[in-house]
Amino acid sequence: MDKLTTIQQVSASFHTGMTVMVGGFLAVGTPTALVNALLNSGVSELTLIGNDTAFPDSGVGVLVVNKRVKKAIVSHIGTNPETGRQMMAGEMQVDLVPQGTLAERIRAAGSGLGGVLTPTGVGTIVEEGKQKLTVDGKEYLLEKPLKADIALIKAKRADKAGNLIYSKSARNFNPVMALAADLVVAEVEELVEVGQLDPDEIMTPGILIDKIIVSGEAK
Amino acid sequence: MDAKEIIARRVAAELKDGDVVNLGIGLPTLVTNYLPEGITVTLHSENGFTGLGPVQGEPHPDLVNAGGKPAGIIPGGAMFDSLMSFALVRGGHVDVTVLGGLQVDQHGNLANWMVPGKMVPGMGGAMDLVAGAKKVIVAMEHTAKGAPKILKECNLPLTGKGVVSMIVTELAVFRLIEGKLVLEELAPGVDIATVKAGTDAEFIVHSELTTMKGL
Repeated sequence: MDKLTTIQQVSASFHTGMTVMVGGFLAVGTPTALVNALLNSGVSELTLIGNDTAFPDSGVGVLVVNKRVKKAIVSHIGTNPETGRQMMAGEMQVDLVPQGTLAERIRAAGSGLGGVLTPTGVGTIVEEGKQKLTVDGKEYLLEKPLKADIALIKAKRADKAGNLIYSKSARNFNPVMALAADLVVAEVEELVEVGQLDPDEIMTPGILIDKIIVSGEAK
Repeated sequence: MDAKEIIARRVAAELKDGDVVNLGIGLPTLVTNYLPEGITVTLHSENGFTGLGPVQGEPHPDLVNAGGKPAGIIPGGAMFDSLMSFALVRGGHVDVTVLGGLQVDQHGNLANWMVPGKMVPGMGGAMDLVAGAKKVIVAMEHTAKGAPKILKECNLPLTGKGVVSMIVTELAVFRLIEGKLVLEELAPGVDIATVKAGTDAEFIVHSELTTMKGL
């Protein structure tokens, strides 16, 4: 199966109202070419799952600024004032999720779990509307799985089977997101033939990756 | 010595050789400037590595700290993903987290992530850190424009309930001991009356009140 595809082909999978996960931490490790493709495709009413809403002019921030996001499920919006403005004006819904809980909720969806129990957020507004369970005398919140229609992730290097290797702190949410979407598209800087990556060094197994685009970005 | 330096020096004196430490953005990052001789700590960066250090040579666009600023990784450091990063935080593998505070109260509650209607940046990793780190040190100036920040009850949304281990300000050091706020140290030249005047919370004065360590 040929996983290598083009921006045009990937764009055909985008639709208004879909839920999209995008890797990155303050735009580092975000698949910029795929985010731009999403923006240029014109789709809107997106539910966006990611660590943060980056900056107005980079990362997933451009989706917010161009009003493509109906709801953001993120841990931090402080670096993109437009997210705060749209939230306050009631133009966009923002669900703030503790960063570790966000990662675990995505893992839960991708690992066949019904949710995770965590003490993070107990006694804070994060617990509102959530089931609380006491296990061996300690209180936990039941945090439910988070799944997406499409995950857009970024890696440094891939082979044609989709096996991925990331660069430095650009790894962040990318590996876990590869577990938790119906369609997983990896944007990579460098593509090599099958067999050219050392299996011991692969960080995300290729079976999780449906499509690959080569960004050719010098980053 | 200004307030920030006093706070950073005192927090640094609290760290032990071999500690894994997460430093919040702002004042807490000053702590590494004042580590006592012979003390080596490993800094955890929530975006996915241990061994956080200064930039070496040219900054690399893929290597940033939790504030998104260029960073370095020291020899012996390790890169990982967000899941591992927060398993380290939530699983009790981080010995100390040092965070700023908007409010702390006498029950060990901390509020530092939002001011409703004004500032809603999001909690990022702060709620995970206060829930999971073995020791939670709040490093902050004692008052904000003269108003106490150490209160009977926080009135801002909490970051964590009953999570604070220690409060370090430019005036004093408090510890939460068995659910009670205890004044343990005073900065040079500061008396109990001064601390009381700037503190809304009720606190106990430790029987062996000392001068602030590490200065």
